[in-house]
Amino acid sequence: MPLTPILTAHWDDEDSHTLTGYRRHGGYDMVAVTLNSNPDDVINLVKESGLRGRGGAGFPTGMKWSFVPQNDGKPHYLVVNADESEPGACKDIPLMMANPHALIEGCILASYAIRANHAFIYIRGEVPHVIRRVAAAAREAYSAGLLGKNIQGSGFDLDLVVHAGAGAYICGEETALLDSLEGRRGQPRLKPPFPAVAGLYASPTVINNVETIANIPTIVRNGADWFKQFGTEKSPGFKLFAVSGHVERPGIYEAPLGTTMRELLDYAGGVRKGHELKFWIPGGSSVPMLMPEHLDTPLTYEDMGALGTMLGTGTPMVFDETTSVVRAISRWIHFYKHESCGKCTPCREGTFWLDQILERFENGTAAETDIEKVDEICKQIAGRSFCALGDAASTPYAPALRYFREEFLAGTHTPANQLFDPVASTVFTGAMA
Amino acid sequence: MSLTDQTIVDARECAARYPDSRSALLPLLHLVQSAEGTVTSDGIALCADVLGLTTAEVAGVATFYTMYKRHKVGRYHVGVCTNTLCAVLGGDAIWDALSERLGVGHDEVTADGTISLERIECQAACTHAPVMTANWEFLDDMDVPRALEVVEKLRAGEPVMSTRGPRIGTFQEIERSLAGFDDGLANEGGKDVRMLAGLDYAKQHGMSAPAGPAHSPLSVAKTEG
Ligand SMILES: Cc1cc2nc3c(=O)[nH]c(=O)nc-3n(C[C@H](O)[C@H](O)[C@H](O)COP(=O)(O)O)c2cc1C
Ligand code: SF4
Ligand code: FES
Repeated sequence: MPLTPILTAHWDDEDSHTLTGYRRHGGYDMVAVTLNSNPDDVINLVKESGLRGRGGAGFPTGMKWSFVPQNDGKPHYLVVNADESEPGACKDIPLMMANPHALIEGCILASYAIRANHAFIYIRGEVPHVIRRVAAAAREAYSAGLLGKNIQGSGFDLDLVVHAGAGAYICGEETALLDSLEGRRGQPRLKPPFPAVAGLYASPTVINNVETIANIPTIVRNGADWFKQFGTEKSPGFKLFAVSGHVERPGIYEAPLGTTMRELLDYAGGVRKGHELKFWIPGGSSVPMLMPEHLDTPLTYEDMGALGTMLGTGTPMVFDETTSVVRAISRWIHFYKHESCGKCTPCREGTFWLDQILERFENGTAAETDIEKVDEICKQIAGRSFCALGDAASTPYAPALRYFREEFLAGTHTPANQLFDPVASTVFTGAMA
Repeated sequence: MSLTDQTIVDARECAARYPDSRSALLPLLHLVQSAEGTVTSDGIALCADVLGLTTAEVAGVATFYTMYKRHKVGRYHVGVCTNTLCAVLGGDAIWDALSERLGVGHDEVTADGTISLERIECQAACTHAPVMTANWEFLDDMDVPRALEVVEKLRAGEPVMSTRGPRIGTFQEIERSLAGFDDGLANEGGKDVRMLAGLDYAKQHGMSAPAGPAHSPLSVAKTEG
């Protein structure tokens, strides 16, 4: 399938991040159109488009919006999840850097639809330049009368706050994000109640990913039928695929859902010269890895699900034959241990044990019984944890063991860096030699 | 710089941005770091005072988040991403080289106070691996010689540009930006070939998305209705 630059179409304009740059291509034209319509028509249009959340789980966006109770007399809130911290995910940050106004226009349209007069963009703290850009875009939108009181004479008010986090992967989990936004430790909440009923300040709240919200202006402009010509029935639309790792041209490739990894690899110039694909991960470290034989499976929610993995964030990581699988898994497990919020025992203790054992595999000092032990611990964590971080931590090991058991066996006698020279897998192998 | 009357004025301004002032606690802790360099007891007391919380409540939040520092960091706080993808593509080698050159490990500061080092997690920049940061500004597509050069320059007080952002400011300057105060730098830098990889490819190969209808279905519904 050909590339379809839509959200990325004008990123090469020098001023793509400014109000002038955005307006040059019809930016904010949908504000007047939307504010003149019935909010329910906006929700119905998004429902009809079939748009699914781009934050990882793929929940239908229009349906999520329709869960917000109406005429309940409470304030409603829109919260944009711009915490992007899943290892491998790197699409929302470039989007906000190159075109923050698309996100802000999306916020206006979405807030109007769910009857919110307050929207928040929660951006991870470690990206000051992105925070500057989004905050500057919001200031421009306020000055142009696109935010604030009585937007374009419509009687609709919207305040938008750009909020910086402070370093905690768990704050990407939507209820932890809400606690963090309320000025607390970012720990997940018990569900139900779901945020649509009792979210921020115990009021109805919609939480959506950056890319999800940035899709809204194009859907309002072009309609559901136009949107559905891309992708499949169950996965309509297009996606910012961010291809990273051992490829010739890592980067952002915007293409219809249903594009295959083989096609994306082709756009990205293939696996780096002189090397071959060992394994790849379709959407962040929290989804199971795939192999070369899966390159022709369409990248959709349903096809990835059928392979036992997930589309996730749609940001494939590519590793070639120089990579030690043991080292890769061990490092991801270390990440989950570091990021476990400590609220529930299976995840807090389990990731601690996993990290220690995986380190033994990496050092070549694991016992053969450790192979099954890790599997057992993963099963103790999965489904028994309070939130999806625990499930994520227990995900990478099993598929890695299935495809590369011999590497874990080798971890009982030989360090990973003797089996795989770490220098060979760096991007500067030539420079170091 | 330290806590002044102006800090309290700024803190009140942060608090006023939110429907419920407690939401300003994260920005306020960034503000405290911009004034004090770390989260100090005085800073915690200031947050508690402005937001009507106890100091224990504020401290409990401050200790949860990795960006809030209880010990002094360097004038330039340097991060090396050692999550899997960056580590494999060269982050581990960069970490070893920097740590050896500076003689400091994770969460440690050089004796002259100029540089601190941190092993950081995925920075949402994997397309630019191996990734480093200085005071959280991106230093993309690094290798060992460039990493050493950047750090030597920062140490010597020479200007260093972020690969997708402005000239790298001091830790305290950037903490002020994170607290939500405009530093006028939003238009600096920003884009590169990796972000434009797909768009460039599409243009070279004549690929584009099909155009949509002339009018939004919402405005059509309006005229018909
Ligand atoms: C540990 C964890 C981290 C997450 N991080 C993010 C994130 O950084 N960005 C995001 O949009 N969703 C993240 N999610 C998913 C959110 O909980 C939520 O499903 C999503 O923001 C909903 O938006 P969407 O429906 O538009 O996809 C994370 C989930 C978990 C369990
Ligand atoms: S699963 Fe992990 S991150 Fe989630 S609540 Fe439990 S300890 Fe916290
Ligand atoms: S793994 Fe280093 S930026 Fe993502």
